[in-house]
Amino acid sequence: MSELLVLIDHSEGEPRKLSLQMLTAATEIAGETGDTVAAVWLGPGASGAADTLGAHGAAKLYHWDSEDAQGYVTLPQVEALEQVFEQSGASTLFFASGNHIKDVAARLAIRIDAGVITDCTGLEVVDGAISATKEVFGGDLVTKARVAEGKKGFFGISPNAFAAEESGGGAPETVALDVSLSESATAAKVTDVEIQTSGDRPDIGEAAIVVAGGRGLGDEKGFELMEQLADAIGAGVGASRAATDAGWYPHRFQIGQTGRTIAPMLYIGSGISGAIQHRAGMQTSQNIVAINKDPEAPIFQIADFGIVGDLYNVVPKLVEELQSRAG
Amino acid sequence: MKVIVPVKRVPDTAGEKKIDADTKTVDRESVESVLCPVNEFAIEEAMRLKENQGAEVTALLMGPESAQPIVRKALSYGLDAGIQITDDAIAGSDALGTAKVIAKALENEEFDLVIFGNQSTDARTCMVPAAVAELLGLPSLTYARYLEVEGEKVVAHREHEEGWDVVESSLPAIVSVVEAINEPRYPSFKGIMAAKSKPLDVKSLADLGGDAGDAGRDAAAATMYEFEPRPPKEAGTIVEDEGDGSAASQLADWLVEKKFV
Ligand SMILES: Cc1cc2nc3c(=O)[nH]c(=O)nc-3n(C[C@H](O)[C@H](O)[C@H](O)COP(=O)(O)OP(=O)(O)OC[C@H]3O[C@@H](n4cnc5c(N)ncnc54)[C@H](O)[C@@H]3O)c2cc1C
Ligand SMILES: Nc1ncnc2c1ncn2[C@@H]1O[C@H](COP(=O)(O)O)[C@@H](O)[C@H]1O
Repeated sequence: MSELLVLIDHSEGEPRKLSLQMLTAATEIAGETGDTVAAVWLGPGASGAADTLGAHGAAKLYHWDSEDAQGYVTLPQVEALEQVFEQSGASTLFFASGNHIKDVAARLAIRIDAGVITDCTGLEVVDGAISATKEVFGGDLVTKARVAEGKKGFFGISPNAFAAEESGGGAPETVALDVSLSESATAAKVTDVEIQTSGDRPDIGEAAIVVAGGRGLGDEKGFELMEQLADAIGAGVGASRAATDAGWYPHRFQIGQTGRTIAPMLYIGSGISGAIQHRAGMQTSQNIVAINKDPEAPIFQIADFGIVGDLYNVVPKLVEELQSRAG
Repeated sequence: MKVIVPVKRVPDTAGEKKIDADTKTVDRESVESVLCPVNEFAIEEAMRLKENQGAEVTALLMGPESAQPIVRKALSYGLDAGIQITDDAIAGSDALGTAKVIAKALENEEFDLVIFGNQSTDARTCMVPAAVAELLGLPSLTYARYLEVEGEKVVAHREHEEGWDVVESSLPAIVSVVEAINEPRYPSFKGIMAAKSKPLDVKSLADLGGDAGDAGRDAAAATMYEFEPRPPKEAGTIVEDEGDGSAASQLADWLVEKKFV
């Protein structure tokens, strides 16, 4: 029996949804393998989240309350996790398969000789070992992957691949970490953080519903319409590369092969053709709606509901319909 | 200043991929290959350092002999020289194995800055740049949407979901760039002609003073053991709007039925 570690991704003292999804997935796996689940919280704020983490399956909570966790690039988190692995003899780490955290996993894997599988959309236990599902080559192929025997396994989990469920656990046992950073860990410093909020709209990685706009919007102002639609249905707003390239919406909202990979319950694309590079970032969405004036647009091949029409006729009406049905 | 840009050969995303039944890896010889498009942004950033700060820029590729046109392609943008690491023993490496070979190759070179793409379009792991940095004991300023080298210091804006972190370190350093960072140029005719005669060093693992212990298929810490084409999706409901937006109410009904409203 060993510990399955879940590295908690958090913002402003709250665990991100994906962290609770990872805890739920880890709890399920632990049920099969006889392991236990431990959460790892790096940076201030762990105590406020302990109950939530426990309720989602964490029996233990390792926490390092230092501002240094985010004050330098990547290595403080690597060194804290290295210590957790030493202390716990854990076999497995689940982490949020997002940009900066992937670096933590990569550097730690080199240090403690682990195998890493990123962007997992499914997990199962086969012959006592974890097997992960992931998509490669623009989502054309679905693969099963595993870590070599005898190595520690790191699994990067994609957002919304698992539901977050409470397992009825109580407050976790807490273990405070005391990390003394090496000199190299402080060599790259974070001097400033630029946060650009998108109001109350959810992040597209977490959102249950995502509204996306493309070149068919015609100009930057088209995104005002996308935001109206998003607010009428409680969605986040994303964009195709054609739209981010044109400067109509920031790059960090780009969905696709070289942007974010999303898997919401519902995706609504307007004026997006559905090029393979775009589909690579959204085709695992549970329900896909497309609004496009070209009946031949490839997005209709994967749409659950498609409207062939001008988005400037359809979307304003849709906003009205949604507002009247909701209110 | 010396800059190295690691570049990868990838299958064209839009092309058809075949899986080799024996090795369970993508049969890379059967698909059309390209220089990883994300590397074009790294090359552009390196070219700007060459033009503005006199940097000397080398492309570095790990891959089979048949990948050589990709190194030449990288040179056609105006880079100075190429290095190709080719060895049967490294075929089938996973991301960390690839990082070990690249790190070994970098140990043999002098450099101030290594500029990666943040990811490759085929594997999309984003693992290689940070793993290389770890192996070399260097800072990893990855996902840069902005990069500036001032004397002995490098500043990067690391993009994330909510904006970016402004980070800095001394040189040498490892960086990776996202496509928001610049607009890559196209190779000029002159550049394409010049690329043919630029120095290109082909090296084996032995030349690097390494062995295959850490790389190659057998050493891979993570392996994909099963591939399936993505299952086709059932056809959905497609309605045509009459030009008055009336289809929107059908969509609203569907959204209610699916409990989204
Ligand atoms: C290396 C690489 C990486 C890439 N990465 C990404 C990525 O991450 N994400 C991404 O999205 N793309 C990516 N692309 C680009 C991708 O190939 C497409 O070019 C892009 O997705 C097209 O965006 P679009 O659908 O908005 O534009 P288009 O393909 O031009 O489609 C616009 C659509 O809008 C429709 N339209 C026009 N006017 C209206 C109207 N009034 N009402 C309704 N419909 C209308 C048109 O019929 C058309 O289908 C990448 C490409 C490369 C080479
Ligand atoms: N075989 C390779 N040869 C040279 N560079 C590579 C290779 N594989 C990956 N890279 C570099 O690492 C970056 C990230 O790739 P990845 O970690 O595979 O997503 C790429 O953009 C390249 O710059």
